[in-house]
Amino acid sequence: MDKYKNIKESFLNNFKDFENSLNGESKSDFHKIRKQAFNNFYELDFPDRKNEEWRYTNISPLLQQSFSIPNNNIKLDATDLPNHILKGIDAYVMIFVNGKFSAEHSHLENIQKGIKIRCLADCIKNNDKDLLQHFGKYADCKNNIFTSLSTAFTTDGAFITVDDNCVIEKPIYLLFLTKAGNVNIQTQPRNLIVAGKNSQLKVIEHFSSTDNSTYFTNTITEIVAQENAVIDHVKLQEESINAFHIARMEVDQERSSNFTSHLISTGGKLSRNDLTSKFNGEGGEAMLNGLFLIEKDQLFDVHSFIDHAKPNCNSHEHYKGILDDDSHGVFNGKIMVRKDAQKTNAFQENNNILLSTNSLINTKPQLEIFADDVKCSHGATIGQLDNDAKFYLKSRGIGEEASKEILLHAFASDVVNHIKIDAVKNYAEEIITERINERKKES
Amino acid sequence: MLLEIKNLHAKVEGKEILKGINLNINEGEVHAIMGPNGSGKSTLAQVLAGREDYEITEGEVIYNGKNLLELSPEDRAREGIFLAFQYPVEIPGVSNTNLLKTAMNEIRKYRGQEALDAMEFLTLLKEKMKIVELDQSLINRSVNEGFSGGEKKKNEIFQMAVLEPQLSILDETDSGLDIDALRIVANGITKLKSDKNAIIVVTHYQRLLNYIIPDFVHVLYKGQIIKSGGKDLALELEDKGYDWLKVDKFQVTG
Repeated sequence: MDKYKNIKESFLNNFKDFENSLNGESKSDFHKIRKQAFNNFYELDFPDRKNEEWRYTNISPLLQQSFSIPNNNIKLDATDLPNHILKGIDAYVMIFVNGKFSAEHSHLENIQKGIKIRCLADCIKNNDKDLLQHFGKYADCKNNIFTSLSTAFTTDGAFITVDDNCVIEKPIYLLFLTKAGNVNIQTQPRNLIVAGKNSQLKVIEHFSSTDNSTYFTNTITEIVAQENAVIDHVKLQEESINAFHIARMEVDQERSSNFTSHLISTGGKLSRNDLTSKFNGEGGEAMLNGLFLIEKDQLFDVHSFIDHAKPNCNSHEHYKGILDDDSHGVFNGKIMVRKDAQKTNAFQENNNILLSTNSLINTKPQLEIFADDVKCSHGATIGQLDNDAKFYLKSRGIGEEASKEILLHAFASDVVNHIKIDAVKNYAEEIITERINERKKES
Repeated sequence: MLLEIKNLHAKVEGKEILKGINLNINEGEVHAIMGPNGSGKSTLAQVLAGREDYEITEGEVIYNGKNLLELSPEDRAREGIFLAFQYPVEIPGVSNTNLLKTAMNEIRKYRGQEALDAMEFLTLLKEKMKIVELDQSLINRSVNEGFSGGEKKKNEIFQMAVLEPQLSILDETDSGLDIDALRIVANGITKLKSDKNAIIVVTHYQRLLNYIIPDFVHVLYKGQIIKSGGKDLALELEDKGYDWLKVDKFQVTG
């Protein structure tokens, strides 16, 4: 009945091994959540392309693999860390290696009053009340097989809480570094961020790999923005070219809160980013920006969902893609404006550049509007580089390749320019430049 | 001779636009090309700059002893040709400074010269901005994005000033300009004129030619130059229109 029996069995075996390694913790409240999640996972079917949410994204390459739980004794070399960004950024730094917090490489000294930055593993061990209060409340696993799977194996991640009225000056930089060394490992980084009333916080999640191994990252971030909180979130996704990356971010926004997300991605073999922002109170603002650059046979999928459940909220969404070779991109932007959500402003745009004849983008805006006094707009463009602009540059003496490069940078720039933390913005520019230069070398 | 156009024919989308153009231009000369709408003036400008949408079916163009039609648009620019666009293109995300710096250094590289350092380049920009009274804020903005019509045309002449071309083709640089902007742009062009370079002014109107006195005026009609003369021809055209020439031409060929 289930053609993916094998991979399910392999996760079942992993789960048994995992439980055996837990000793006393297997009796904890937290582990009950895991067990429940694993049962869910086992009951649910993997989505196929008949499922509307997965219509353009075929996950069978992932399901043909099997993965193992990483071994804990990984030594990092100095060159394994993304030193470029680490040197430039003045932040609280948490580094996770193969999913596990590494105190040795992290920097959590002199932390400002009003913020707690903890690793999830410690909180799980201590049966932390706050953790149990919020964990899994936003990213529900009931009908989501990947959330169930991730939850079942949750061991570590960042748990960040900010007190009311606290403005946190330094950003928090979370690095999820995978050093798989050609072992097919699975990791499930899990983050929970709770920002109190009138608080302000900047968080960066950076996914990176030391090599081109095949591995599976199944990550979830839950964010709660209490009344009038301001949260700025950046995700840098530069996984191995052979990695599977399934990510979900759930944001709950209370009255007058402001959430900004920037996603800069060079994909993996297969990546899926689900982002949901839900307005639970009036006056909320959400801005979702994204840029992905993919090539070869990469598949990159972003599914966003903005839930205008309350009146007088604004959302702005802008995703851009640059696709080369045989790569395949998917953008699905759902905006729900519920019956009571009058005076909603919701804007969505998706622009794509196809650099090759074999690259493909499926872009689908999905507006469901049940209120009658709202402003909503959406637009999608798919194209090549603008020939008029290219001729203009060439007529000034700029060569074919340099013109293309300039125009690609220009296309990417408005997403990158929205990033407020300079060191992160510079790093994002580096990633883009590197990708564009690589292209040049190949051609 | 700087530029020699011999029996040039060009097509776009199967339609012949240029039907045998002959034109010789020497250093130090200003040539005005006038003519009614649709006569092929802009096509000639674009063909000289290397726009790939046009197919050259006959004829040749020799520039500085080289076969111009074999050169890519960028190599033409590096050889000293500059086209001031009738409709300058907006390029969001690319600053004017970045465009000019890249252009300048690619041109210098082609000519075997060292790249300018940041200070030298900025000094150069400041000096050239004065020529067209260009506002400092515009040079750091995205190329032509949100510029007024006048600012766009000034920006074209500013680029011309920075790149110091040997042959400039100004495609209706005067159209859409109010009288003050026209004066600024025209004075800028006059300052850039020397006995080492040449300028082709493509225009509908005589008014720009009050500032930039042409050595030759050519009338382009249905893809051919049907009359050439001195600066007085422009005044005559302003006065009498083109119809008398069309009849003339008909009688000659008929």
